[in-house]
Amino acid sequence: MATALAPQWRVTMADLKGKVDPDWCPGCGDFGVLAAVEKALVELQIPNHDVVTISGIGCSSNFPGFINTYGMHTLHGRALAVATGVKLANHDLTVMVTGGDGDGFGIGGNHFMHTMRRNVDLLYIVMDNQIYGLTTGQTSPTSRVGMKTKSMPFGNIESPVNPISLALAAGATFIARGFSGEQKHLTELIKQGIQHKGFSFLDVFSPCVTYNHDNTYQWFRPRVKKLEDDSAYDPADWMAAMERSLIWGDEIPIGKFFERTDLPALHASEPVLNAGALVHAEPRVPTEVARTFIAELM
Amino acid sequence: MKRTFAIGIGGAAGQGVATPGDIFAKIFSRRGLHLNAYNAYQSIIRGGHTFLTIRTGPEKVTNMGNRIDLLIPLNQDAIDRHLGLLSDGASCLYNADTIKPGSAAEGVQLCPLPVSKLADITRNKVAQNTLAVGAALSMTGIDFQALEEVLTEQFKKKGDAVVSENVGIAHAGYEYASANFKPFAWPLPMTENRYAVLSGNIAMAMGGAAAGVKFYCAYPMSPSTGVLHWMAAHARKAGIMVRQVEDEIGVVNMAIGAAHAGVRSMCATSGGGFALMSEGLGLSAMMETPVVVIDCQRAGPSTGVPTKTEQGDLWQILGAAFGDYPRVIACPLDIGDSFKIIAEIFNFADRFQCPGIVLSDLLLSEGRLSVDPKDLDFAPAIDRGDLITAPDANTNGGYKRYKITDSGISPRAIPGVAGYTHTAASDEHDEDGVLISDEFTNPTKRRAMMEKRMRKVEGIAAAVPPPELWGPRDADVTLIGWGSTKGVIEEACEILTDQGIVANQLQIRWLVPLHGEAIVDILKNARHTIIVENNYSGQFARYLRSETSFVPDGYIRKYDGEPFMPHHIVDAVQEQLGGKTKLSVPAHEVLV
Repeated sequence: MATALAPQWRVTMADLKGKVDPDWCPGCGDFGVLAAVEKALVELQIPNHDVVTISGIGCSSNFPGFINTYGMHTLHGRALAVATGVKLANHDLTVMVTGGDGDGFGIGGNHFMHTMRRNVDLLYIVMDNQIYGLTTGQTSPTSRVGMKTKSMPFGNIESPVNPISLALAAGATFIARGFSGEQKHLTELIKQGIQHKGFSFLDVFSPCVTYNHDNTYQWFRPRVKKLEDDSAYDPADWMAAMERSLIWGDEIPIGKFFERTDLPALHASEPVLNAGALVHAEPRVPTEVARTFIAELM
Repeated sequence: MKRTFAIGIGGAAGQGVATPGDIFAKIFSRRGLHLNAYNAYQSIIRGGHTFLTIRTGPEKVTNMGNRIDLLIPLNQDAIDRHLGLLSDGASCLYNADTIKPGSAAEGVQLCPLPVSKLADITRNKVAQNTLAVGAALSMTGIDFQALEEVLTEQFKKKGDAVVSENVGIAHAGYEYASANFKPFAWPLPMTENRYAVLSGNIAMAMGGAAAGVKFYCAYPMSPSTGVLHWMAAHARKAGIMVRQVEDEIGVVNMAIGAAHAGVRSMCATSGGGFALMSEGLGLSAMMETPVVVIDCQRAGPSTGVPTKTEQGDLWQILGAAFGDYPRVIACPLDIGDSFKIIAEIFNFADRFQCPGIVLSDLLLSEGRLSVDPKDLDFAPAIDRGDLITAPDANTNGGYKRYKITDSGISPRAIPGVAGYTHTAASDEHDEDGVLISDEFTNPTKRRAMMEKRMRKVEGIAAAVPPPELWGPRDADVTLIGWGSTKGVIEEACEILTDQGIVANQLQIRWLVPLHGEAIVDILKNARHTIIVENNYSGQFARYLRSETSFVPDGYIRKYDGEPFMPHHIVDAVQEQLGGKTKLSVPAHEVLV
């Protein structure tokens, strides 16, 4: 709403501290994501009242309560739909959506696909732990084949989704993968994602220390390889991004897979918003316009 | 009795039933006549049978009535279905080249049009329709000029040649009828009035624009899609962001997001889509973010009969979303009211920070009615409630979004305003928005928050007016209806009173709050009470009983997909007053 306070006012880490401390399990990967988001907002100096953090349901979806911005802790799987409404009603706001793999790729899969193709200007951070945590450990859409959980005690027989390939196919305009154990790198990706004018998807390996004993910090650490370290890699190359997205094994790429800046964000494509954010618009239809609406019916 | 004239046009989908209907509607309304149009159709793009009834007259026409005065069948099937229902004084205009009439009742005038002799049918595929419109105008005593004007408007985009061809064909029909057919005994009068003709869907969409709706989203679903179409076509002029969303779950959540950011936000669907929105309504209630959802009911359950009407969603609406929460539920009484009620329900939703639901149905949503343009008020009262939109540097993080108050209403800050950051949650939360559902569960706080929200129910009950009895206080029978049955019950009351049975009407406009005590006060002295509704199980009767213990003397129900006609109600009342039954289910004689 651009209602800044005193000009010398600066956003600090203290400003962003939520009303309560996170209640995630000690060692949870989500702590690292929260810290990186706070660092990114301080580095970008975005006033906290101009930020809306929106989540669905799950361990990681408790995120908005742990950061002092405007927050919405909505329904399981529906955060992206809610966030689209927020952004279209007030596109001056910085919108971040935070959630987990079950929330985003399972119950919210439909909204995930459509929000990407619409190029809604927001940053979507998925804290991907490849398990359902808050419901005490069931298979998720990103659980690997063979993984044993309470819901698939004899091992998962379904192929997992590949969030990066999916995002590429659905038309997301910024696609990256981070690792909770790589703070600086993750903070940088969050900053880029916020600054990107369009839909930014950030899949973050955020290990569940309680229920996922397969994909642990120890498992990820030797495998993750930063795309930024490969000088030949060009994130503007969609085909190259698709190829890299398929790499999963001894080496797992993290970093910015893809970005294109030639497509306008949804709110920038809609002439209704040319005059400014809807929230500031005059509520009434001008009398002469109303008259034309009635004249059509006569 | 009010004098009216009804035209029925029947044919296959794709044969052009709508165009003559639109032409008649324009001509009648510009003559200062009221009209009501109802299209009985099927879920098919080409083929099947469509039957449009346009009823007109100098006084308000509230329903499709009992009789057709002029039948225009566009194919054999249409004449076979409807000719037998015509009675003395009626006429039937048909293409003599392609249609063979069966036997008609005495006093019915058969009017064959030699279409291939009057027009070049190789050039103009809908010549029979245009000839029939011309002939009809002649028989109803209307000057040809009125038709020429409308045809010119209709075809001007296609060029002068098309205009003159169509005007020529219409004129041939007009002249042929003047020379060969007996005109109607009652030439249609003219008045000084001018009316707008609109559907309930257009009324609700325009009502939204008038109420200051800035965000509208929907997934297409009959019979609600007309709201989306009007919104989409007028979005840029009205300054409304309109989105088509991937499903109704996305719709309601997107609408809530926009509402939460501070704009008035609305969406419409039918029963199946509403089922998907149910969880979202709970979100609106729990976060205390006002949103207005329209349900245009169609015949259910499941996919049901997508193009037919029913009042079958009442209990779905009453039961929508789990848990207890305050809300307002309205059922507009007619198409004009469908416009007006939107601003009213937004004011309640905003003031009480809760969901508002509007229960329309196919009859209202897709039916068309003449409305005095003065009744389409684009400057209704707008009450956004207790909304914080200006920054405050001195809150020091102490703002409580869900502050416990006597009214249950807490001042609502919208994102972007400095000094008021907070999180709104679908989980139970404390006054400051912090969750009390996980780590900090607390029965005392939960109870306090539950009571805070539910206190709004009292405020809503005090703000929403109770229903009133219409007609004479002392009556032989009191007919009780809700929503779209208003017009047909009203006419049934008039007919009954003419027949010596004094009838009055209690029509419910607000379903929640119901005002049960006020209703019982009205009904306790009634001699004979009958609840009329368009569903199988008497959903409103069950609701009224559950809220008040009131049990009426009888029931009239219809669940064949078609709306009531006045005589259905009149006959049923006579049957029930005669002690024959307590439950009447009138048969729909018209096969549509």
